[in-house]
Amino acid sequence: MAALRKYLPHLVLALGCVPMLLPFYWMLLTSIRSPSEIFNVSLWPIPEHFDAVTNYGRAAAQVPMARFMLNGVIVCVGILVVQVLTAVPAAYALAKLRFPARRLMMTLIIAALCVPMQALALPLFVGLAKANLLNTYFAMMAPFFLSVFAIFLFHQSFRSYPEEVIEAARMDGFSEMEICWRLVLRGSLPSLAAFAVFSLVAHWNDLYWPMIVVTDTNLAPPPLGMLFFSDVESGANYGALMAGAAIITTPMVICFLFARKHFIAGITMTGVK
Amino acid sequence: MQPQSLELSGIGKGFGADDVLKSIDLSIRPGEFLSLVGMSGCGKSTLLRIIAGLETPDRGSVSIGSKDVTDVDPSERNLAMVFQSYALYPHMTVRENIATPLRMRRLSFAARLPLIGRMIGDAGTLREIAALVEEAAETLQIGHLLDRKPAQLSGGQRQRVALARALVRSPSAFLMDEPLSNLDAKLRAHMREELTGLHRRLGATFIYVTHDQLEAMTMSDRIALMSEGGIEQLGTPDELYQQPATLTVARFIGTPTINLVPVEIATSGRISAYGHELDLEAKVQAAGQNAQPATLGIRAEDLYPAPDGLAVRILRSETYGADRFVTCHLDSDQSVRLVMRQHAGDTLPTGSGDTLRLRFAEQRAHLFGADEKRIEVCARARVAA
Repeated sequence: MAALRKYLPHLVLALGCVPMLLPFYWMLLTSIRSPSEIFNVSLWPIPEHFDAVTNYGRAAAQVPMARFMLNGVIVCVGILVVQVLTAVPAAYALAKLRFPARRLMMTLIIAALCVPMQALALPLFVGLAKANLLNTYFAMMAPFFLSVFAIFLFHQSFRSYPEEVIEAARMDGFSEMEICWRLVLRGSLPSLAAFAVFSLVAHWNDLYWPMIVVTDTNLAPPPLGMLFFSDVESGANYGALMAGAAIITTPMVICFLFARKHFIAGITMTGVK
Repeated sequence: MQPQSLELSGIGKGFGADDVLKSIDLSIRPGEFLSLVGMSGCGKSTLLRIIAGLETPDRGSVSIGSKDVTDVDPSERNLAMVFQSYALYPHMTVRENIATPLRMRRLSFAARLPLIGRMIGDAGTLREIAALVEEAAETLQIGHLLDRKPAQLSGGQRQRVALARALVRSPSAFLMDEPLSNLDAKLRAHMREELTGLHRRLGATFIYVTHDQLEAMTMSDRIALMSEGGIEQLGTPDELYQQPATLTVARFIGTPTINLVPVEIATSGRISAYGHELDLEAKVQAAGQNAQPATLGIRAEDLYPAPDGLAVRILRSETYGADRFVTCHLDSDQSVRLVMRQHAGDTLPTGSGDTLRLRFAEQRAHLFGADEKRIEVCARARVAA
């Protein structure tokens, strides 16, 4: 009975994992199967013909996979760096400084959280087109530079930073920027890790916006690259397609595993889901 | 650094509609240990924060030495503050914590950067800082803790680190905001001693905020007792205890709390309680024709049993080793509680419910008028009954 009580939650959670992991399992399975087995519904992990080498070889050779990955890295890191650079001081000011209209600003930030990207796509596209910036890295990154979600997340976590430590720092001669970056952000590393995971995953996997502003294969981030790839292959070679998908998923999984501890601390601490 | 005097004049501060401080004037002598005491919400912490520069006063000015610093940044005032929560930098070791005030002052911005700083930092300055940190740690006996993080220290150790961080930069004055309130009773008594020792050794100006009158009484050269945004009385601990200027001061200072008995001052100046004439006379004649209500304050140690005293009924008796506190209420008015202090050795017909007659030492009683201000009294020669 005691054993049951101990393991029951694990059992329930394990069952919950199945629908979450099934698509990934299917992706991996398909990526090592031969074309003849693709539509086989069996979940048996060992295929009759082990075609992993062919599939992965084709995915790596037929399309500039390295190029897509590099594009993804440039876009994601670029977005993340600017987001952090802008959101951290803003969140610090909102959380710890007293100034007029602070509450109004906070309200506007919450309001901005409710605006979906799609609503802004057209004006942003027209703007970028007029500025002759389509088909650039900048066009893929610019709309995401200012993240209200980041401001909100950091604000929640900065708020709990002890006021007296900030005051001690002021008396010791820290400037406000030094307090913000060297003390307050330092105390919120889990939130930074959580936000980094959110941001990297979202933009690594983003297909919508790159598809709108980029037509040049050389600039395509991984998902858009995959789309070009499936066009080239006229959608027939699912094995290779899934091999490509597995390749582009891997960095995100690794990234999450590294930041896992901080990520969970970050979201439980700030009460953001 | 020479100990500096501090001068506050006309300091006023309001938050929203409330006046937290109304026109405070206070001069603090160089090398003095001055306590700001009062109930929570009396404005003492706000006043300290105004001195520190963390809060800007709406009116008035702050001077350190002879320099007006009202508009000077906190870091430029050369004051050190010890916070209630100690406010140590959580991610730094003790050594880095203590070194920080010096690094911020003596190193350039670039030399303070985490990685590059090591390469461009001036080795001489860094050695100097390291030596001063060791010295401060030695003074507070925390040399063995230098490589720990604040989270690995006990409350008392954190307190010492906070003090070391304050004294390492030789400030013109130390500001302390209830620094002992997070420690347990025994450690608090010990740290009280250490703080006064430190004050003596450094000869620096200390401004100490506390709500604990015992801390203020035992440590200070002078006490400023604050209430409702003003200074009620400024004086030595003895003055506050023996000559309380107002009822608030009398109530606040002393354990157990002073006994208060409602009395009346007749136009002749004679004082009576419940129709019972006391051997006391107010030096100031009551104004007008009618008797004026007033309050008589009697310390617990000034009450003693006597056959011709006021009748009281004993509620309980508590023994604290050397002393015994006997709580009773007046037979004539049960709402008036009296606490009498006795030596534990004194025999007393005590027991809950017993009655007793009490007298008090007239020359040590304090009389307060209806405006709560002190009225001087003199004892009348007792007429043999």
